[in-house]
Amino acid sequence: MGDFAIRLEGLGKRYRIGARRVRYRTLRDTLADALVSPFTRRGRRTGDRPGASDSAEIIWALKDVSFQVAHGEVVGIIGRNGAGKSTLLKILSRITEPTAGFAEVRGRVGSLLEVGTGFHAELTGRENIFFNGAILGMKRREVARKFDEIVAFAEVERFIDTPVKHYSSGMHLRLAFAVAAHLEPEVLLVDEVLAVGDASFQKKCLSKMEDVGGRGRTIVFVSHNMPAITRLCERAVLLEEGRVISDGPAHQVVSTYLNAGGGTAKLREWPDRTKAPGGSVARLRAVRIVKEGDLPANSVDIRRPLRIEMEYEVVKSGYVLMPYVHFNNEEGVRAFSAHDVDPDWQGRPRPTGRYVSVVWVPGNFLAEGMMFVGVGLRVISPNIREFHESDVVAFQVVDSPDGDSARGPFVGTMLGVVRPLLRWTTEFRSGSSRSS
Amino acid sequence: MRVASRDTGVHQEPGEARSDGARLRRIAPTTGWAPFDPAELWEYRELLYFLVWRDVKVRYKQTLLGVAWAIIQPVLTMVVFSLFFGRLARIPSDGVPYPIFSYAALVPWAFFANGLTQASNSLVASPGLIKKVYFPRILIPVAAVFGGLVDFVIAFGILLVMMVYFGIAPTANVLWLPLLLALALVTSLAAGLWLSALNVQFRDVRYAVPFLTQLWLFATPIAYPSSLLPEPLRNLYGLNPMVGVVEGFRWALLGVDTAPGSLLVVSALATLLLLAGGVVYFRHVDRTVADVV
Repeated sequence: MGDFAIRLEGLGKRYRIGARRVRYRTLRDTLADALVSPFTRRGRRTGDRPGASDSAEIIWALKDVSFQVAHGEVVGIIGRNGAGKSTLLKILSRITEPTAGFAEVRGRVGSLLEVGTGFHAELTGRENIFFNGAILGMKRREVARKFDEIVAFAEVERFIDTPVKHYSSGMHLRLAFAVAAHLEPEVLLVDEVLAVGDASFQKKCLSKMEDVGGRGRTIVFVSHNMPAITRLCERAVLLEEGRVISDGPAHQVVSTYLNAGGGTAKLREWPDRTKAPGGSVARLRAVRIVKEGDLPANSVDIRRPLRIEMEYEVVKSGYVLMPYVHFNNEEGVRAFSAHDVDPDWQGRPRPTGRYVSVVWVPGNFLAEGMMFVGVGLRVISPNIREFHESDVVAFQVVDSPDGDSARGPFVGTMLGVVRPLLRWTTEFRSGSSRSS
Repeated sequence: MRVASRDTGVHQEPGEARSDGARLRRIAPTTGWAPFDPAELWEYRELLYFLVWRDVKVRYKQTLLGVAWAIIQPVLTMVVFSLFFGRLARIPSDGVPYPIFSYAALVPWAFFANGLTQASNSLVASPGLIKKVYFPRILIPVAAVFGGLVDFVIAFGILLVMMVYFGIAPTANVLWLPLLLALALVTSLAAGLWLSALNVQFRDVRYAVPFLTQLWLFATPIAYPSSLLPEPLRNLYGLNPMVGVVEGFRWALLGVDTAPGSLLVVSALATLLLLAGGVVYFRHVDRTVADVV
């Protein structure tokens, strides 16, 4: 078995719903309860609600989770909200105790569940670097040695002795992340911290993390950002309702994840209106990827068009709506966004009922690779976002070897999020411009 | 045989002390009584230093009067006590001027009471730390109590000035002072552990804390001497550990003839008992604190 960095055996975490909803009790309530019914056995643990039947109140945030992470492996943990991802990280970082099973972790653990834990607005950048470093488990000597590097990474040299309350939110974030990025544990646990911040800094952080991963450190990375998962992790573990339902190569598990929820990556449906994304005006019911011939698709020839169908239900009439889509590539780069410009519905309030908005994406437009599609719906005046779902469906754009795509006969890497087939003309002499 | 070639790949930083590289940590539900891991506490000593440092720094940065607060509280209390208890009620003061009699007690008392108050709120005031990062949570109330030492030193400086003013020379017993201060600190911490953990479970504890410290103030011979009590009762009085501290301060600094002696032993034992209970209870709450705070 030998070379594992993390091993989980039958790990479980039980919460009582009471503990979640009624987060704390007052001494007064306890005393009052004792007076009213002095012989009821009262739960001893924090947050118990006396008198209620136990079984109905228990939730297993994690149940019977077992897997191993090898030394130097980078593993992504994915799953919907409430699937137990964060609970898993909290147990591994010892913030909370498991209820069942055990975990073993080999080596110095650094956990990054939040950026800037313990930052205090009154302290200067310099002071916060030292304090935050200590919080994250760095020695003072270590922080001192990396200090200049941290400051340079955060790009806050000029303000290092200014209290952080005077920082912009971007500076604040950069500084916080810079400290964390210089943590050098053997096992790094990271939770969704990259969801914030501007794109270029996110990119810098991702590459810093890749750098860390490249140096043989074990990383467990929780994220909703599927492109980041596929890019950073070789392996992913999918959790659903506290259980591991898929574990394997990141690409596969990500597509399993996108498939889950009643459909496939090319299709996502919300059969129950009450659980569908949306507000009081409209609810999202389905998103489909369809290629020519009305075939549902999760891969498409780069030369061919495809359409995204977004089905939703308007439950309250009288609003002007604007459906929109956005496309992200594997690296999380926004390829483009678009919203419905169908002239029939411009400025026209919608009666209640089901709608399908379809957007056609032409062939010879997107670059090859995985594309993640998000959809959303906006109400225009008052400006409200009814729903906004990222990465609901995904498809693979496959380039053609036939030589009639923008690639031509070229076989190397072509960069960019789009790959339009442009008109080229080369004048002067006849002769072959075809070369490789 | 080449050993640990893998490790050399990991430890890229030269001079990085990471002897615990291959340490295996087991994370499992604790059952029953879970003691503290002293090695771990030692490992986190720098964090304790930083927690104290941050508390002190922020406190002095955020308040208008800053350092002056350390003095205002005991000095004003001393003035009020001197007027009402010393001047009007003519409460005896063991042969030293009443102002310094009460102030010598108020200095350790203020340290104790502030530490207790800070500690009791410390856990519920730091959900960010508790829910987002692991370290021995006991450091939070410990840091809250230690943070009060800065205020203590400042207030103690005023006490020395007053001693010069009243022409009182400290006795050789002043050597006991660090021990008495330690007793005040441990008592403050012990009660602070109880209250901070209780506060996590029952949020109205915070309303009870000021009331508790007020009662405790009058149950401690600050405004009056313990010599008012008949001798056999005095040792019993020592069950309130602050009695030993306060009387000890007067005895060591002002040469008041109330050598705490056996009373101090009772106080120390009471404190240790309170501390042991506090630690056990704190550990009990510690397990679920991240789910509750």
